[in-house]
Amino acid sequence: MTASTSTLYHPKIAHFMETYGIVLIVLVMMAILAVIKPDVFLSAENLTNILKQNASLALLALGMLVVIVTGGIDLSVGSTMALAMVCIAMASRVGVPWPICLLIGPVVGLAVGWANGIGLTWLKLPHPFIMTLGTLNIGRGLTYLLTGGAPVSGLQPELRYLGVSYWGLGIFNPPAGLPVSLVVVAISAVLLWLFLNRTSTGRHIYAIGGNPHAARVSGVNVDRVLTAVYMICGFFAGLAGLLLVGRTGSGFPNAGIGIELDAIAAVIIGGASFFGGRGTVLGVLAGVLIMGLLRNGLNINNVSAFWQMILIGFVIIIAVYIDVVRRKAAIRT
Amino acid sequence: MDPIEAKPLPLLEAKNIVKYFGAITALGGVNFHVDAGEVLGVVGDNGAGKSTLMKILSGLYTPSEGELVFQGRPVHFSSPKEARLLGIEMVYQDFALAGNMPIYENIYLGREPGRKFGPLRIVDHERSRAMAREHLDRLKISVKSIDQQTENLSGGQRQAVAIARATAFDAKLVIMDEPTAALAIKEVGKVLDLIRSLKEHGVAVIVISHRMDDIFYCCDRVMALFQGTNFADAKLADTNRNEVIGWIMGTKNHTEGLAHDRVH
Repeated sequence: MTASTSTLYHPKIAHFMETYGIVLIVLVMMAILAVIKPDVFLSAENLTNILKQNASLALLALGMLVVIVTGGIDLSVGSTMALAMVCIAMASRVGVPWPICLLIGPVVGLAVGWANGIGLTWLKLPHPFIMTLGTLNIGRGLTYLLTGGAPVSGLQPELRYLGVSYWGLGIFNPPAGLPVSLVVVAISAVLLWLFLNRTSTGRHIYAIGGNPHAARVSGVNVDRVLTAVYMICGFFAGLAGLLLVGRTGSGFPNAGIGIELDAIAAVIIGGASFFGGRGTVLGVLAGVLIMGLLRNGLNINNVSAFWQMILIGFVIIIAVYIDVVRRKAAIRT
Repeated sequence: MDPIEAKPLPLLEAKNIVKYFGAITALGGVNFHVDAGEVLGVVGDNGAGKSTLMKILSGLYTPSEGELVFQGRPVHFSSPKEARLLGIEMVYQDFALAGNMPIYENIYLGREPGRKFGPLRIVDHERSRAMAREHLDRLKISVKSIDQQTENLSGGQRQAVAIARATAFDAKLVIMDEPTAALAIKEVGKVLDLIRSLKEHGVAVIVISHRMDDIFYCCDRVMALFQGTNFADAKLADTNRNEVIGWIMGTKNHTEGLAHDRVH
């Protein structure tokens, strides 16, 4: 048994770059924006805003990461988020106590995720794209049916706390501060990191993404793990709905149309492999921040929203191309 | 079992194993046994039923009829997990490794050392690494780092990791499906030596191979399957290559002329 010695291959260094290289990109982007518009970009209000606006997307992307690591995809997260939002808002309006309303979001998400898992493992639909495309439509349809297409307002103030509040901590003046939604994202990210890296189920998720056959013959109950994976993704979609309903103050049925594609983009920009087996929590957070910073930077420089879409499109392509080149260079040095 | 009986109990005995896939009969009644610490070579033409039989032994398939007896007790496996609990392990032709994961995690995949914590098991990565190092040392397998992802390994190294996984927990029987088919020629010898060293550790091995060189290098006994039944078997010392090649083609009284390696 020898440790890595004189050769070019250093697993530790390769691992470090794979894990933290993306953070460098975020820092470079921030530095560029700070140089171009120091007074606007670096203001506490602007930074608070970036974090608050992207909290829901960050949660969706964390859930999406778990699915993409298995080599799957979940198109239903936007609908699930909207369904959770209107369920929370309607329950609140008919006077359900707020601690129960808080649970509604995650429970709706878990239920949709369970349905996705069942479609994949019991019905054996050929690809998660199919099942989640179905639940995307079913969820959105339910959302419209429940609300008649109109936003549901009248949220109890306690329900808005997670989405809208921030802590001044004696340092910041309103409307700046540490958003509570950021704390929710941070706790979620840490717990998810621990789950993926320190529990056997988390490691099985990566193994399934790398080689499902290997996982199966190693005694991993692949169907059970996959169902759990889609439930985790749904849970995060429900939690994202809880934050967004708090931030906007109403359950609007059009919320999150197309946001599943943003979540997928953030995961891919963050270095996860679309074919499964590779992807990190840190990368996803960086992916969300790269998209958020790009939008914010273009906004504060008065660039049209149409250009933002074009640029994000290029970023996705470039990010994956860099990954292709890097992996080609890394193979068997 | 009668203790007076002179012959020791076989480790694993298959009695009249039949397997249907719809209207197709893959196995039409196979009887064989393997003893503890014995290396049994299994040969047969494509479609003779080798892989089906091995998948039944390792718990991936359940037999349509027949019985498996392990250490004197009848056993039924509904998954590879159950077979592994008894110490029956399979090394797959494609190695069945997760290429995105490091060597040590592949070795303990599905059996990670750690502590139960509610419904979750917290993996002790340090202990897993230490166990992997120790185990690879015992098998005299050297790798650059146990943190290397298996997709960066050569075929022979992957095969070694697959064998290490199969023997990580007190295996009694290791089944190997074409262990040398995917290897470079210079790596074949190492893997065959590894099979011999398993025997020295008291592990029984079943080797499926097309290569007579492999069979005659590392086996104690050879069995031929032909059209879904056990056609013939013999101790290695009592047979020769041409006879075994004849069995593969379904002929018992072989002639020199049937030898495939002869130039006519």
